[in-house]
Amino acid sequence: MFQAAKSLDDALAAITDGCMLVVPREVSGVPMAATRALIRRGVKRLHLVALPTSSLQADLLIGAGCVETLETSAVSLGEFGPAPRFTAAVISGAIKMMDATCPALHAALQAAEKGVPFMPLRGLIGSDVLKYRDDWKVIDSPFANSDPIVLLPAIKPDVALLHAPMADRFGNVWIGRQRELATMAHAADKTIVTVEKIHDGNLLDDPVLAAGTLPGFYVESIAVAERGAWPLPLPDYYAADAEHLAEYARMAATPEGFAEYLELYVYAKRAA
Amino acid sequence: MNAEQTFRDEELLADVIARLIGDVRHVAVGNASPIPATAALLAREHGKLQGLGRPYVSLLQSRKHNFFTDGARELFDCAGQGRIDVFFLSGGQIDGAGNVNLVSTGGYAHPKVRFPGSFGSAYLYYVVPKVILFRVEHSRRTLVPKVDFISAPGASEKNVYRPGGPIALVTNRCLFSFANGRFRLTSVHPGHTVAEVIENTGFDFDKPATVPETPAPSPATLKLMRETVAPQLAEVYPRFAAQVFGVGQPAFAG
Repeated sequence: MFQAAKSLDDALAAITDGCMLVVPREVSGVPMAATRALIRRGVKRLHLVALPTSSLQADLLIGAGCVETLETSAVSLGEFGPAPRFTAAVISGAIKMMDATCPALHAALQAAEKGVPFMPLRGLIGSDVLKYRDDWKVIDSPFANSDPIVLLPAIKPDVALLHAPMADRFGNVWIGRQRELATMAHAADKTIVTVEKIHDGNLLDDPVLAAGTLPGFYVESIAVAERGAWPLPLPDYYAADAEHLAEYARMAATPEGFAEYLELYVYAKRAA
Repeated sequence: MNAEQTFRDEELLADVIARLIGDVRHVAVGNASPIPATAALLAREHGKLQGLGRPYVSLLQSRKHNFFTDGARELFDCAGQGRIDVFFLSGGQIDGAGNVNLVSTGGYAHPKVRFPGSFGSAYLYYVVPKVILFRVEHSRRTLVPKVDFISAPGASEKNVYRPGGPIALVTNRCLFSFANGRFRLTSVHPGHTVAEVIENTGFDFDKPATVPETPAPSPATLKLMRETVAPQLAEVYPRFAAQVFGVGQPAFAG
């Protein structure tokens, strides 16, 4: 049940060591202020599910030693190049990698959303993505003759963590058209949200806003974090901080540079 | 760009891809694909000039050039139904059977090189009718006899549901078509040679007795790309738009 958080750290309490945490892709509202707070707290052994991909967020969490297992379709800094800490961790075997493909993650979370054990998905057959996923199965469709199809077990995260433009005092969160944020929240046991600002009134009272609102029913806690996606973008609100991302790519290329980045921008709490 | 050339290599490649797209209803472009995105927007501008309402263009990372309202899954659901006609895939490695590798080289458990990951390839390659493979770096490092990891296979067993797959491969040196499990050299770009293509390709491919040169983009196409497409591109690929077209990022609304 929803409770207004006293602070960002307070809001993140449900993200405990070893939990399964689902986070969204770069253009959907990535909770970066919350991510830095988790690193400062020293969360460990996360099973991180990035729906369906990640960039700076996964790279930071991996580099800071917070991740045990990563389940996603790709991690990259996009125009700023490969994600250096992710790349190093996979090569050294420091994290367990569960390589997926984008629609498989969407489908597996939808299965959890519906409360069913699995979801079928086309594609995948004959790929090494399927070959290395012991948890995925191929069956013959019971509705056809010789029509093999892949079944994906439901992904039921302990916590969904997301950043959104606004929430009201009833726990309702306006996510606009970023509907995968709703899927994450529906699938997860608990949902934690950071927002740019608090909306006066009830978001569900206005039918135009209500259509893009995640009901407070699903939300565990909310904390205000202004520019909480920085240096990543919050679409329709602010752009990515390209200069900072280029600086990150440069610094994170070496373990020493990455440690220096953490000191400067995470531990020093110099979060914009 | 050669001294006598009046266009950039990126412009030639985008023009080649726009022609491969042809007249279709819906083109989608994934992550990290500035040249295919240029081509898709160019195809849309060509369609507009002909008074057509197509193709629809979906740039996955864009706000403006993306009409989906049901979350990131809508693109994949749309593709699964056959509502996306053209998509683009690249690979750290691509082999002669059209297999693409977006994961790693060396063994999967102990990779030598790790790439970002498979993205949507392990699904979209199967269900989108025209998948255009795209890899600027044409070398024996990228075009290999056999990929180390199959993110998505070029072909499938007969009983596997597969309305989609590769139709072509575009590189900085040439254009290949793909049919019946093999690549065929279609044309070599200006300033490049067949001998050079053979030298730099790690897999066998077919070729006609005489290989034509890839036609240069027309002045009208170049004008369209530079004046109309480039500013639209800057929203999603600011660096690329600035480097290739000298266009700055638009001010952010809100």
